This record gives sequence, structure tokens and C-alpha cells, in this order.
Amino acid sequence: MGQTTAEKIFAAHLRDEPFPGAKVLDLDRVLCHEITTPVAIADLEWRGKDRVFDNTKIKAVIDHVTPSKDSKTALQAKILRDWAKRHDLADFFDVGRNGVCNALFPEKGYIRPGFTVIMGDSHTCTHGAFGAFAAGVGTTDLEVGILKGVCAFREPKSIRVNLTGSLPPGVFAKDVILFVIGELGVNGATDRVIEFHGPVVNALSMDQRMTLCNMAIEAGGTCGICQPDMTTVDYLWPFIQDEYADKQSALTDFSRWCADEDADYDKVFDLDVSDLEPMVTYDYKPDCVKKVQEMAGTRVDQVYIGSCTNGRIEDLREAAAVLKGRKLADSVRGIVSPATPQIFTQAMSEGLMQVFMDAGFCVTNPTCGACLGMSNGVLAEGEVCAATTNRNFNGRMGKGGMVHLMSPATAAASGVAGVITDAREMMKDTAA
Amino acid sequence: MQKKFGGSTIMLDRSDINTDEIIPAKYLTEVTKEALKPYMLEDLNLEGFDPQDEKVKSCSVIVSRENFGCGSSREHAPWVFEVNDVHTIIAESYARIFRQNMFNCGMLAIELPKGQIDKLFALGATGDVTLEVDVEAQQLTATAGSQQENFTFEISPFDKALVKAGGWVEFADARY
Ligand code: SF4
Repeated sequence: MGQTTAEKIFAAHLRDEPFPGAKVLDLDRVLCHEITTPVAIADLEWRGKDRVFDNTKIKAVIDHVTPSKDSKTALQAKILRDWAKRHDLADFFDVGRNGVCNALFPEKGYIRPGFTVIMGDSHTCTHGAFGAFAAGVGTTDLEVGILKGVCAFREPKSIRVNLTGSLPPGVFAKDVILFVIGELGVNGATDRVIEFHGPVVNALSMDQRMTLCNMAIEAGGTCGICQPDMTTVDYLWPFIQDEYADKQSALTDFSRWCADEDADYDKVFDLDVSDLEPMVTYDYKPDCVKKVQEMAGTRVDQVYIGSCTNGRIEDLREAAAVLKGRKLADSVRGIVSPATPQIFTQAMSEGLMQVFMDAGFCVTNPTCGACLGMSNGVLAEGEVCAATTNRNFNGRMGKGGMVHLMSPATAAASGVAGVITDAREMMKDTAA
Repeated sequence: MQKKFGGSTIMLDRSDINTDEIIPAKYLTEVTKEALKPYMLEDLNLEGFDPQDEKVKSCSVIVSRENFGCGSSREHAPWVFEVNDVHTIIAESYARIFRQNMFNCGMLAIELPKGQIDKLFALGATGDVTLEVDVEAQQLTATAGSQQENFTFEISPFDKALVKAGGWVEFADARY
């Protein structure tokens, strides 16, 4: 019997099986941010075990509320900063160099196919885009990860999602994953890995693969996984060129993590995306998904373009393509938050920031910001946000606010119209 | 050290209760568990539910439906229960991270099939429920007035070891 990608990674990292089915894995990466790590640090200190298992495998960033907004968030940042310094972490990212964790760490080349990765962040599943097993964990798992370099899991079964056909213009990875979550339901993939396959995924850039994997958790999934291929090698090449003679040998090495053809799946889900339409969520659960057309006309007070789902350069390009030569409706506030400094710089050099500012957007520094309602862009009661983020829970962006999840193109078009709008109509006008 | 389980019980008759409802993100700026104490279930979207109600404030067990604790990885969700002495949750199913976080803290996230959860809710409709938990025997006894129901539950040997050790840090530290 063949193996799934997750099964191969589990087999290669198994440290211990204290009880049947409880797999304790060696970790390649333990990633940290300032919201979930400080309590782990405090607990380690309290236990007299303020140590780290390997300061080259632990990476840390201040990203959720940055620059700090008040004394409490300043204290969280300080705890992480002091700890990183104390343990001589080479890769710690503070104000000015920081970005959203799930965008920054891949961009730095820290994630490789076959890696085991944990972070105290549910969207750690994003890193599965590289063919890694990457799981969000709580602070206790993080604490043990920091101290011992291990984490325990039940070996997850995998759901295979085959994406065939080709994406029509104006339909993006975000629409695909929203549709898939709508089909699977918010707990349809609990204790499962979602393995993405097929020509559609093969044709996606790493940015879009990350969008796809980012939302695996919204279906309950432990991780989303794409198969490593030449696109993965190309993305990682600047970081790995000293390790491999050429790209082909890197590809050969990475390919050992690809699932076997005869691997056993819990479920196989085939989706021909050729007729897929832009999608949007309604209500407070990410599986409440409709076609944008069905929600067209819904009032929008704020547009938020950013987050670890859709704050990458391709997302900004996608939104700017709609916004070029247009302005936000008078009734709409627009916020764009490039996910990392590198993305910010790139967007500036491409003139995208000018497009956003001409359209009337407020440009923020790289941060989680409005995504979890902890800083820039919190909604007032009764307000509605068209957001490129990943979570529409009640209160997520501010008590009593409503968040509709959508692609950057749809968010941009909705901002211009002041109501939820299918971007393809505007793109048609632009083309004409 | 093993925690205390069981006690007075509240019933939350809804599926997909998420971590933002259990502890809203605005409290994630706290760096101690104790500071979370007043905010348990503050944003729960459930008709008739009042997080300030004495029964809620003094409960030790929560019974709920499917996919309890979905959403964020924040361990603040189990912690807000822990500091309120709610060490036992009983539900039809859980989100993976929440469930693991509960056992990692040495607490119980017990799964029962829908039919048995229905029985607990039916019992709750007759009056206040008190629950006794025998971790070793994997037995639950629910009492309301003169009525009593018994249940058997399954937890894995690993989860049981975590509960006995008092959590994953203790377990891992002794072993790795
Ligand atoms: S951008 Fe949003 S979802 Fe992503 S890590 Fe930040 S808060 Fe979490």
C-alpha cells in the first residue's frame, strides 16, 4: 500500500509512540508569534526550564499587533523580544522587519518539502503548500516544541482533493478554497490532512497554493498539503542553491515526499473548476458560501485587503488590477496591508501602492491588523467588511461586525461599488 | 497532578461553538491565565445565554454538541475554562486543536455519541445536573433531582496518561 505525503513525513520523523496511535514527531521548525508564545515562555521560566531545543530551528516574529498599540501588547512584544535575545535566536523579526507569520516565514525560505512545522497559530497549515506537514497547535504544544523539539499527533488520514479543468478568468485560489470548504463543511476535515492534487494546483503559483492551504483549518483540517514540484523548487531556489547541484536534483530530492499513486485516502473529492464562479461567505461560519452573484448588492462599509490568506504580492496585483483608474465608493473605507516588508517594497516598485492610494485606500504596515480585530480596522456594531481574510466568526473583526470572505479582486470591486460586486463585470469594462 | 473533574453542569445546545466565542480576541493581550477569568464565553451566540449568570460562573462541566472549540489555536480557550474550574467538557465532537489543548492541560474533553448527549440534554431539561467522573473506569454519572443516567466514555491511553500526569509538559519533560 502506498503512502500519502503526511504518512511519509510521519514515518521519517517518528521519535516515539508512547501508546498505539500517539505519534511523537521530531520537529524541523517551531515558529512563534507574540500572542501565543509569551505564556509558554512565562511557564517555562516558572518551571525553571527557560531553554530552547535548537535556536536555529525556532523562528519568531511580532506580527499580530505591531507596532504595539498599548501597554499590554507592548508587554507581549517585549516578552518575545527579550526571550529571542536571551536565547540568541538568529531569526527574530521586530518592527520594521516584521510581517504576518504565515507569509513571512515561507518567504524567508524556512519551509521545505517534508518538514514538520508547528506554531501557536491555527493557520500554520499554510506552510503545507511546500509539501510540509505544518500544524497549528496550542501554547502547551508550542512550549514542549520549544523545550524538546517534539510534538504529538494522531496520525491524520488524508482527504484527496483533485482539482481539474482550468480556472476561468476572474476566479482565483480563494474562490476554489471557499467552494471546497462549503462542500466539506467546517468540520469535514477534522483530524484530516487535505491533500491538493491535479492540473489546477500544478498550474498555481506558490502564493496561490498558500491561499489554498491557508484555509484548510476552516474545514477543520490539520494541514493543507500541495505536492512539491518545479514551482516549489523555483520558489526555494535562492535558499537552497548551495545544497543542490541544480534544480533537477532538488526536484528529485523533493519528489520523495509526493504521495504514492496507490495511497489510501479517507475521501476523494473531485472538482472540475472550469465553471466555478467567484465565491463569498455569508453568516458567521466559513462554510456558509455562496456565489458572489447571489450576494451582489449587499452593503459594504469597509474593504480589507491583507492577511496570511491574501496579503501577498499576487493578491495585491489582483486587487490593483480592478482598482486602477477607479475610486472607492464614498461610503467605503479601504485598508490594504501588505503581508511582509518584501511584499510592500515589491508593490511599491510596481506602482501598486499608488493605485491603492489613488483609489482612496489607507495603507498600513505589514501586520495581522483587522483580520482578528485586535488593531487597525476594527468594525463598529452593525458594520460590514468585504475581507480577503480567512475567518468570518461573529465578532472576529469587532463585536457586532459582519465579515464577508472573498478574493482580493472581489473585495476591490465591492469597495468601488459600495456593495458586494462581481469583479468580472468591472474587469470587462477595463478590457473594453 | 491530576485535576478535579465533574460537578455542576451547564448545557450549551449548539454546534460549532468557536474559540472567539469562548474567549474573544481582544483578551488575547493578557499574559497570565488568571486575567482571563471574567471573560469565559463572553461572546457566545446562544439564545437565553448570559455569561454573567451565577450558574455559568459557578459551573464545572459543560455539555455541548458537535465541533466544539473550532477556530483559532488559542489555548486561552481551555485556559479560561481552567481558571474557572471547568475541567470537564462533554460534546459530540471537537475541533482537533481545542481537544488536544484540553488534554495538554490535563483536562477532559469527553466525546459521547449524539444519542447520549441528547439524554444529557433531556436530563438537563428536568433540573440542574451534577456530573460525576471516574477517569480510571471511564464512567460518567449524571444526576438531576431523583433522576440518574450512567454513561461509559472512551479516551485513548495517551489522553489518559496526559490527564494523569497533569498535562503534556509534565509528560514530555519526564520522557524526552
Ligand atoms: S493574518 Fe489573520 S489569520 Fe493570519 S495569522 Fe494573522 S490573525 Fe491569524
